[in-house]
Amino acid sequence: MKEWKNICALTDIPVLGSRRVQRSQGPQVALFRTADDAVFALLDRCPHKGGPLSQGIVFGNKVACPLHNWTIALDNGQAHAPDEGCTAKFSVKVEAGQVMLCEGELASIGLEFEPIKAGPCTRSC
Amino acid sequence: MNASSKFLGPKQKLVLIGNGMAGVRTLEELLKMAPDLYDITVFGAEPHPNYNRILLSPVLAGEQTIEEIILNPLDWYADNNITLHLSKTVTQIDRIRRKVIASDGTEADYDRLLIATGSVPFILPIPGKDLDGVIAYRDIADTNEMIDAATKYQHAVVIGGGLLGLEAANGLMLRGMQVTVVHIGDWLMERQLDDVAGDLLRKSLQARGLKFKLGAQTQALIGGKDGRADGEDTTRGRVRAVQFKDGSEIPADLVVMAAGIRPNTALAESAGIHCSRGIVVSDTLQTTTDPRIYSVGECAAHRGIAYGLVAPLFEQGKVCATHLAQFGIGRYTGSSVSTKLKVTGIDLFSAGDFTGGEGFEEIVMSDPFAGVYKKLVIKNDQLVGACLYGDTVDGSWYFKLLREGRKVADIRDKLMFGESNIGDVGHQGHNKAAAMADSDEVCGCNGVSKGTICKAIKDKGLFTLDEVRKHTKASASCGSCTGLVEQLLMFTAGGDYSATPKKKAVCACTDLSHQDVRDAIDKQHLISLDSVYTALSWKTPNGCPTCRPALNYYLISSWPKEAQDDPQSRAINERAHANIQKDGTYSVIPRMWGGETNSSELRRIADAVDKYKIPTVKVTGGQRIDLLGVKKEDLVGVWKDIGMPSGHAYAKALRTVKTCVGSEWCRMGTQDSTQMGKDLERAFVGMYAPHKVKFAVSGCPRNCAEAGIKDVGIIGVDSGWEMYVAGNGGIKTEVAHFFTKLKTAEEVLEYTGAFMQLYRTEGWYLERTVHYVARVGLDYVKQKILDDVEGRRALWAQLQFALAGEPDPWFEFDKAKVDLRQFEAL
Repeated sequence: MKEWKNICALTDIPVLGSRRVQRSQGPQVALFRTADDAVFALLDRCPHKGGPLSQGIVFGNKVACPLHNWTIALDNGQAHAPDEGCTAKFSVKVEAGQVMLCEGELASIGLEFEPIKAGPCTRSC
Repeated sequence: MNASSKFLGPKQKLVLIGNGMAGVRTLEELLKMAPDLYDITVFGAEPHPNYNRILLSPVLAGEQTIEEIILNPLDWYADNNITLHLSKTVTQIDRIRRKVIASDGTEADYDRLLIATGSVPFILPIPGKDLDGVIAYRDIADTNEMIDAATKYQHAVVIGGGLLGLEAANGLMLRGMQVTVVHIGDWLMERQLDDVAGDLLRKSLQARGLKFKLGAQTQALIGGKDGRADGEDTTRGRVRAVQFKDGSEIPADLVVMAAGIRPNTALAESAGIHCSRGIVVSDTLQTTTDPRIYSVGECAAHRGIAYGLVAPLFEQGKVCATHLAQFGIGRYTGSSVSTKLKVTGIDLFSAGDFTGGEGFEEIVMSDPFAGVYKKLVIKNDQLVGACLYGDTVDGSWYFKLLREGRKVADIRDKLMFGESNIGDVGHQGHNKAAAMADSDEVCGCNGVSKGTICKAIKDKGLFTLDEVRKHTKASASCGSCTGLVEQLLMFTAGGDYSATPKKKAVCACTDLSHQDVRDAIDKQHLISLDSVYTALSWKTPNGCPTCRPALNYYLISSWPKEAQDDPQSRAINERAHANIQKDGTYSVIPRMWGGETNSSELRRIADAVDKYKIPTVKVTGGQRIDLLGVKKEDLVGVWKDIGMPSGHAYAKALRTVKTCVGSEWCRMGTQDSTQMGKDLERAFVGMYAPHKVKFAVSGCPRNCAEAGIKDVGIIGVDSGWEMYVAGNGGIKTEVAHFFTKLKTAEEVLEYTGAFMQLYRTEGWYLERTVHYVARVGLDYVKQKILDDVEGRRALWAQLQFALAGEPDPWFEFDKAKVDLRQFEAL
């Protein structure tokens, strides 16, 4: 049974944009909102050179890393071929306009990397 | 069986006739898009899976093995559930029952049929052509027969002094045979080379041991028992000699016919499919006779041309695949091709009309001793042909000039010496890719070595420049190493890859070019991204990082005050109004008008540096101060505390106006360049453009502000101001063109404004002024601005209208549509 945690309202995330979620350790988590209001969550870290994906351009169900333009699929974190690599993804639930992440995943996924500077986050999580 | 095909009923059947490079490439593209749409059956006349036919020559020469040139091993067919019939030649297409029948009786039904039968060698219709030991040079079997003959016999004759013939001759010679090349023309490769280059090539090959008989017409091939002349019937047995029109003979135990190829259309013709110089296909690669039947490759004639190079065939395959996949998108509109050949380690390049003659101008450089020859053919101030021998690294540059029809008057004196001599950097002095070590860097922008590129080409089976760019990033940034990368492709994958679509699409979201999109936005009065997507049938719901920023710029530059700027269609720097750094922090560069500052600005900057613990403070090349390592959440505070306008150092917009101190202080100064610079900067601040824009103003011809390498450079002289345009200090240093001489400061503003507005409304996104002016020609710009007085004033007025009330994004957040949420915690 997953423990869901309220993060923010859907409307807090810009359309075709993102917000960042702070954790007690490890890199932040980037929340993305697509044109049709789907929300995805990825580790805010490009598998190429660690660029903050939250700062990239969102298009379709993808985001382009702001540093070297790698394209990462929002639904599974995979880099677009021929680039190779994958960034960790997190489960997201949107209910009654509230975006929720899973506590267990926040506490366990992608902790091996350093936090990433890219701007403000949720205050703590 | 997956879920989707359950609903669609039984799969459709696709049959491919011809298991070669073009056909199988089409299948690969199709499988990427629609892996489960078809049951696929492939017929191949040869007993091998798909291999790289271009690399038969290295196999013959003993440099590679058959196994190494296989492109799709048998496992690939099995993994993709493709039924493969090897050694089966299809002899009949029954279009009524929709089935194909092979010579052994094997049948396959089809819903769609792809014919990729390639080409057949042209065999001279002379007596003795059917003797043993007389072969063509087309496939693995021919290659093996040549290798075998080389172990048993001594004398080989190759008929045909074109690319294929010379490669065959070279291979046979390396395998120990004495080889004579018989050629009907007066020099070798007369369709690719002029007489001088052809002669250089012959001398070089002669020095390696090949013999030549030029201008020679073969009359008959003479046979005999075991190749011996023992008085028996000379029309049977094995070939022993080649006889010429003048009656002379030379000995030959092996004759290779390499006198050309023809599209293999026999099967299609027998099925009643219209053929003329190949199987006639439309822009969707469909035959004009039967919409269920497609054709790609050397057998297909598109707009009257049957292509024989691999890149156009792959382009055809890609378009054909989208139609087979029922996407119905993409059209093949033809390719421009050049010939860049590797013959036995000798570099050759030719493109366009390189013969020249009456009505053409020629620039020729000839150094026979060093084995270098270059000929450029020019007509009406455009490069129309090039023929290079010995040093071909600039081939791709010449090809680009030729294709784009760029006017060359301004670079004519340097044209012969290549692209690297136009600017100060290029390919680091390397011009022979083959001589480089594996560890040598090819692409300086992305740090890619020769070894990495060659490995990717081999391991991933790359064939085109685009593929190498995608996989290795080499040549993907500034492009100055493109020539080298193309040479590596040629050495590693063989053959010829210099072909490009005639029109370059903006990105994969559309088939339209930048110009098409600009025109549509202007003519159809489109003012929003959604209206562009709809009106121009965009293939993606909200574009991609390539097209969206371009579209956003076109909208706001074509329809100022009407079209709405969309921050989410701008890259992060223009969204955050600061420059992202590699560690995710940002840099802040406040505007210092004309590079002038004062104690209170400096004090505020110093206080902000302390308060926000900004790690690095640096003076920029544009006479401003750069604060590096600012946290994104601190940006708003830093802007407010400094209290200076945005320097737009992060934007495709006016950056700096660099000035010298000018007549106010300098004992040499003739004009007040600082004031002129400040006036210019205030008049143009906040001006978005296709790319960044930099100005400079110098107060005298000593030009301390380096105005000669700026988008607009103004130089004060005693009688007024000289205006220079389209300079560039970037990847390729380009000296600005002298544009005109002006009397007053008002004129400087007006002429500069008109030039900028022309560039803003006609330039393609990410095109600097230097490239814009190169594309349209300096004469055109002069005509629009110097000759057309009304037009010039109208342009300046348009720009002033567009810039009026432009907000400062560091202070007027609402008006500049800055999303402040990005600077605040959730």
